[in-house]
Amino acid sequence: MRSRRSLLLIAAIPVAYLTYFYAYPLATILITGLFPDGKLAASSFVDIVTNPVVRSVAWFTLWQAVVSTLLTVLLGIPGAYVFAKYRFPGRSLLRSLTLVPFVLPTLVVGVAFLAVFGPGSPLGFDLRGTVWAILIAHVFYNLSIIIRGVGVFWEQIDPRLEDAARTLGASRIRVFREVTLPLLRPAILSSAALVFLFTFTSFGVILVLGDLQHTTLEVEIWRQATAFLRLDLASALAILQLIGVTAILVMYGRAQKRVSGGLPLRPPGEVARRPASVGEWAVVGATLTMLLLIVITPLAVLIGRSLSTAEGVGLSHYANLIHPTGAFTLFISPIEAIRNSLGFALPAVLISGIIGLLSATIVVSGRGRGGSTFDTMLMLPLGTSAVTIGFGFLVALDQPFDLRSSLLLIPIAHSLVAIPFVVRSTVPVMDAVQNRLREAALVLGASPHRAWREVDLPLVARALAVGSLFAFAISIGEFGATSFIVRPSTTTIPIAIFRLLGRPGTFGEAMAMAVILMAITAVAALGIEAIRGSRTGGV
Amino acid sequence: MLEVSDLTVRYGAEIALDGANLVVADRSIHALMGPSGSGKSTMLRAIAGLEHPDGGDVRWNKTSITDVPTHRRGFGLMFQDYALFPHRTVAGNVAFGLRMQRLDADTVRARVTSVLDLVGLPGYETRSVGTLSGGERQRVALARTLAPRPRLVLLDEPLGALDRSLREHLLIEMHSIFAKVEATVLYVTHDRDEAFTIADQIAIIRDGRIVADDTPEGLWHNPPDVWTANFIGLENLCTLAGLARLGLQPPMTGATAGAVPPEAITLATDGTRSGIVVGSHFRGGAYRVELDVGTDAFLVAWSPIGLEPGAQQRFEIAAGSVRWFAD
Repeated sequence: MRSRRSLLLIAAIPVAYLTYFYAYPLATILITGLFPDGKLAASSFVDIVTNPVVRSVAWFTLWQAVVSTLLTVLLGIPGAYVFAKYRFPGRSLLRSLTLVPFVLPTLVVGVAFLAVFGPGSPLGFDLRGTVWAILIAHVFYNLSIIIRGVGVFWEQIDPRLEDAARTLGASRIRVFREVTLPLLRPAILSSAALVFLFTFTSFGVILVLGDLQHTTLEVEIWRQATAFLRLDLASALAILQLIGVTAILVMYGRAQKRVSGGLPLRPPGEVARRPASVGEWAVVGATLTMLLLIVITPLAVLIGRSLSTAEGVGLSHYANLIHPTGAFTLFISPIEAIRNSLGFALPAVLISGIIGLLSATIVVSGRGRGGSTFDTMLMLPLGTSAVTIGFGFLVALDQPFDLRSSLLLIPIAHSLVAIPFVVRSTVPVMDAVQNRLREAALVLGASPHRAWREVDLPLVARALAVGSLFAFAISIGEFGATSFIVRPSTTTIPIAIFRLLGRPGTFGEAMAMAVILMAITAVAALGIEAIRGSRTGGV
Repeated sequence: MLEVSDLTVRYGAEIALDGANLVVADRSIHALMGPSGSGKSTMLRAIAGLEHPDGGDVRWNKTSITDVPTHRRGFGLMFQDYALFPHRTVAGNVAFGLRMQRLDADTVRARVTSVLDLVGLPGYETRSVGTLSGGERQRVALARTLAPRPRLVLLDEPLGALDRSLREHLLIEMHSIFAKVEATVLYVTHDRDEAFTIADQIAIIRDGRIVADDTPEGLWHNPPDVWTANFIGLENLCTLAGLARLGLQPPMTGATAGAVPPEAITLATDGTRSGIVVGSHFRGGAYRVELDVGTDAFLVAWSPIGLEPGAQQRFEIAAGSVRWFAD
């Protein structure tokens, strides 16, 4: 039992950090949007959001998110089913593979689909600028949220509930409709809410694949702020987006609460079995083939096109990155961009690890005392979108201290995006460290502090490692926030990719750079899987 | 010696312990028995210091320990689900409490070996707790509890999660282990057979109060009230009207019920009372016979031979054998 006072003390650090680097910039955006000249100008805010262009952007943002979410759920559920219910050769490898797209930077996803559907497409059709390219890229990116979120829960549903329904005379289809689906509904809803959140605030994918008719609020905020310097308009759009995001998060919070609603759960892995009949093998085979096609195609095409040069297959695009020739020069060499990215990732991981762990401790030990409210608040940065965070830094962090030139600003921005992931990966494990174990340590003579160190910390260490790898992948691939505060000398890999894309004649080099970024994040993804997979025992 | 006086614990509006009193003598095994929700686990937690009482006192050797934090009480608590640390091996679990006492590594290792020997798991040191069977987990939990030589051993339904045959076996084993280490034990259970097998003294808890505290024999022969008699499974508990029909009258005024011990009933053709056989079941060694002796009065008796249901059976009740209850 942690006392209220020490809890408040632990809370002070993350609260102070999030207030200064998250809430304060956000408040500045609100003020810029609503009080453009120092006084409330609701009418100008209303003018802006009722402007037909803004309305059409908002409308597109909404409907593409709805359709993307529906498609992702439809394609993800068979995947969740197959991984939850069946054992087959290569299961864990394939499962790891489905995580790769989610960890990929959205800019890489955009570039990969540009490679598939863009000019010179190996499939022979150019979908660039159509909504199809965007929807498919969104499905690719978010599929693993459904496969994971629903699958993990499905894996733990006691199969005896379904058996009971069968013995009571229900057909397989009825069992699915009347038992399985209602049990899964909260898990589906909460995963779908996450997918909706990510597609609603989609940036990298839209930036690369969309055009002026297919643009989301997120892209529009960025464009207005960086290209047209319309800070008032950008602020108004950010407020509009924030309203949407808050609504989604409230829905997500409600759905989450029902996921763990008193079901008799089985330990994962106990239920899965080998497919028993030809029919089952067919279902498993067809689903896996579909997943592989969705996941592998864009990545393979991206790699392929990065290797295809004017002289056939070769490494000349990569060579150009190392020794930039006169045809294209960035402000700095691509090699330096890689060094920058890694240099920013390390402090970003450290900050998000510390702040995330402290926050998770408060969420868990504060349950029933406002900890859950804090939990929802922690999710806000996740929904706020990277662009809003970067934009907020731009408008707010010149006073009281002018931090905008500080090198730390980039890792701080990255940490804000990453903290929710650290919290999300550690809280469930901390919750699962039953009070019993802590009490057992106390009874055996460990002081409360010692009990935390001996019991909680080792059990949470793995989850913290997973969260840190997520933070690393996020930092390495972060583009939206970085683009606001980056300087030529601090160019990161994603910024370099974007610059290469925007120049004539460096498409191949952009692909090569994207492949490098993909390789780095894929290593992080495999690390995440390796740590998760080696989990033993009851936790 | 543990003394619990007027212990009260509330969870919001709900009262889990309502002024409970209990004394556990040194080197004795004291069972605390009660139906689920009666407050027995809360009592254990309060004694361990995991629950701070809203009233009353817990004393060890006449000194109050109510405000001593759990980790300084020197008590051992074995949880119902064992709460083994999943991230430590068997030895890591058993050594935990010894490490908290800052003993040197050699002493810890030797003690772990000897305690694992004691519970019948020699050589299990490096096993992961995830690979153990239910009975092995129970033994590891017991070893972990006993290793630091606690002044008082608290056990919360220690056999609750095991199947019946294993339970009986381990119960006897635990009894001999406690005797060997001369432990002072408070053993919480809801199972009568467990309590009667292992305990020197049995306390009965009901709605947060201790309603009886006696030796097993004393409790069986002299339960303080009908509820307790019923709870410990006393047979042939009858109303006064039912007993009157059998010609049995209470010796005192204010009696409300009485129990006829099955062993006090002799089935004999020249018996002065009679009933109709409604059931006759072989229970190994003898037949358990149920007799209908009139409205709302059934008697259970033992018979060396099986009887035909529906048949008339005469019987005798030993004089002065009825236990009367007044409450």
